[in-house]
Amino acid sequence: MLGLEKKDFRLLLVVIGLTLFAPIILNPFPAGSEMAQFNAGYPDLMQRFVIFGIFAIGFNILFGLTGYLSFGHAAFLGVGSYSAVWMFKLLSMNVLPAIILSVIIAGLFSLVIGYISLRRSGIYFSILTLAFAQMSFALAYSVLTPITGGETGLQLALDDPRILGAAQTASGNIPVPALFGLEMRASYELNIGAWSFTFNTGYYLAAVMLVLAFYLAIRIFRSPFGLMLRAIKSNQTRMSYTGLNSRPYTLAAFVISGMYAGLAGGLMASMDPLAGAERMQWTASGEVVLMTILGGAGTLIGPVLGAGMIKYFENIFSKINGQVLHDWFGFLPGGLEDFVVTIIYPFVGKGWHLTLGIVFMLVVIYLPGGLVQGGQKILAALRRTKTDDANPGASKPAE
Amino acid sequence: MSKSNFSRRGVLKTGAIAGAGLALPTYLRADSHTGFTNAPGASEVVLGFNVPQTGPYADEGADELRAYELAVEHLNGGGDGGMLSTFSSKVLDGTGILGREVKYVTGDTQTKSDAARASARSMIEKDGAIMITGGSSSGVAVAVQALCQEAGVIFMAGLTHSNDTTGKDKRANGFRHFFNSYMSGAALAPVLAAQYGTDRKAYHLTADYNWGYTTEEAVRSSTEALGWETVNAVKTPLTQTDFSSYIAPVLNSGADVLVLNHYGGNMVNSLTNAVQFGLRQAQANGKQFEIVVPLYSELMARGAGENIAGILGSQNWDWKLENEKGARYSGTNAFVKSFGEKYGFPPSQAAHTTYVQTLLYADAVTRAGSFNPCAVVEALEGFEFDGLGSGPTLYRADDHQCFKDVVVVRGKENPENEFDLVEIVEVTPVDQVTYDPEHPQFAGGALGTCNPGA
Repeated sequence: MLGLEKKDFRLLLVVIGLTLFAPIILNPFPAGSEMAQFNAGYPDLMQRFVIFGIFAIGFNILFGLTGYLSFGHAAFLGVGSYSAVWMFKLLSMNVLPAIILSVIIAGLFSLVIGYISLRRSGIYFSILTLAFAQMSFALAYSVLTPITGGETGLQLALDDPRILGAAQTASGNIPVPALFGLEMRASYELNIGAWSFTFNTGYYLAAVMLVLAFYLAIRIFRSPFGLMLRAIKSNQTRMSYTGLNSRPYTLAAFVISGMYAGLAGGLMASMDPLAGAERMQWTASGEVVLMTILGGAGTLIGPVLGAGMIKYFENIFSKINGQVLHDWFGFLPGGLEDFVVTIIYPFVGKGWHLTLGIVFMLVVIYLPGGLVQGGQKILAALRRTKTDDANPGASKPAE
Repeated sequence: MSKSNFSRRGVLKTGAIAGAGLALPTYLRADSHTGFTNAPGASEVVLGFNVPQTGPYADEGADELRAYELAVEHLNGGGDGGMLSTFSSKVLDGTGILGREVKYVTGDTQTKSDAARASARSMIEKDGAIMITGGSSSGVAVAVQALCQEAGVIFMAGLTHSNDTTGKDKRANGFRHFFNSYMSGAALAPVLAAQYGTDRKAYHLTADYNWGYTTEEAVRSSTEALGWETVNAVKTPLTQTDFSSYIAPVLNSGADVLVLNHYGGNMVNSLTNAVQFGLRQAQANGKQFEIVVPLYSELMARGAGENIAGILGSQNWDWKLENEKGARYSGTNAFVKSFGEKYGFPPSQAAHTTYVQTLLYADAVTRAGSFNPCAVVEALEGFEFDGLGSGPTLYRADDHQCFKDVVVVRGKENPENEFDLVEIVEVTPVDQVTYDPEHPQFAGGALGTCNPGA
């Protein structure tokens, strides 16, 4: 179906199901309960899940297939955001032209950077991309302040032209990004018993993009072009000896993944119309590398899982403060309560980096294939107990 | 796999379900309208404290958070009440806000606009926060302020000093108690002229980002108006840690004053370099060479150690204010006392401004009798108050900036302890730092109208 093999189609269906029902899946705890702290089903975080999912899928096309580790991918994300916000400022608040332009500009930008950086491979390539990204960051942060807004970021203003739309709303405010009148931040609350689910327009737009991006990634992975990219990863020298020029293939992969990043950047600006230079900083580039490795480089679903995991830690764990912990462990006797809180406190709130670091370490040591490998191991173990050793060791990678 | 049969029954059934699905949200939307975003329930109200907990300003963020916790305690009737007893408006009585208990959620801005907005959005969307406050840099303040305007909640800015926050990036839902670059320049210039004379030649080193530009411009124009000359102004990259190459040319440039428009780690490093180069002992144009740091902070002073001795700068507030300058600054001692009793050391100016902002918000809601952001904006605009540690203060309606006295301080030669690093030189009265809302340094941008969201 849709030109996919049965297994891939099933995976696509799983992704569609997950994104469609994410508002329900991510809010497993009743609102107002103690566990509601762990609910992730609010628009901002859900949007982030899918947007960084797209970013990581794109990165994986480059890193997972060709093995070229780009350390400057955030630059394309940033460029995408800036172009989207400029479209909001100049053209209209419709997200469609903004997203299209951000993909195009990020594509052009990655073509230039890719053309230069891909002259080298391995660590030199990584350093070149890192240098370009840091350069873009520095430019955006100070030198190009008139274009990028510098430190305070590029923002909408009441006196922007917006030639195809209203410069300001009737009440004198800046209009919000919308898709033909459908506001991105519009949400519908659905209350079922104690549970409360939020369905957000912006989230579903981003989710549709994620599904499309994911579908395209499957097609690339399974195409002859994808095979060529894998060949580059396994032995580029041998490919050159057979008389094949691998540069056009790596450059194409680089531009495609740059466009994915641009799409993510454009979506980010559409959900929240602001573009800041920090989006291009090396920490942002490093984050997408972490996401991909955490989820499983070279697998289809891995980067999305990794992106979700990191964003979950960043947004949920960082909000658990001492007061919340005391609420949780209030039932324990005084001394014990303080003791437990003291033990846990360094790992939550501002210590969320620490928890993430430990998780990352454990994954890299015990599951070099990322979360996907963990899933496969669990599945394999389940299957083994079910079939009662009838067919040992027959587990195939199920990306 | 692509086989499908359309039966009349099937199509009707699917159509009915889809129709119901589409109609449901419209129906649900209709019943949850209270007129503004996150209207609080009958028993409690949630405030969002969005401060840097990691990154370069984590120390300031931690101090802000302490002040917020103290303010919540006082609003809920705990502790000794702090500034509630000295505040000129007496509507707050320790029963929360409008009879609702004050709860709070915290978030980490990481001093990045994106992270700060993500954190603020989660507070608004997930935790139902009715007001967002905090932050320790102008970039973050401007970004979060714009977000709050879009979402329809009130933003009470924390530590943000750039002119833009209430200048070109001002928003109707945003309020700033902290002073700004222009006020620093206007307050410092007369003191500089009195201490160092009116025929000085200044050399500026400016951090290459927004706040640096506005501060340099403010100090330049104020000092030049008093007869100073600006020899050169050099921009330094924000990530610079060694300023030797920028300091070296200063002595031969003909300048006799060095102005460091730096903040945080930048300022600690550049000042240390300047002192190591012997600028403090140097003579130029037959005069003693001087260094000026427009924006001082206790935490930076601690970082720079003894290098800070004798160097002039400006502050929003200082914990010794009431003791040294009298009852005009009442509230200071009450705040320092309850903060000190709770945490064991005096509060920084960041703590002061965030504590005051929380009280001002609670007071505005109570006076307005509503949590509706538009009612709060109306209550805060043009509000004159006293007894919050800075003397008589005005929240100007034109740009939502507070106007109050500015403290000019000097690094102590022999500090007694790590909390007593600066001495108050002078307090510049509010008239001297007041400016026209259309002043060129604040030009562009529009306040817009208040947005209640929903």
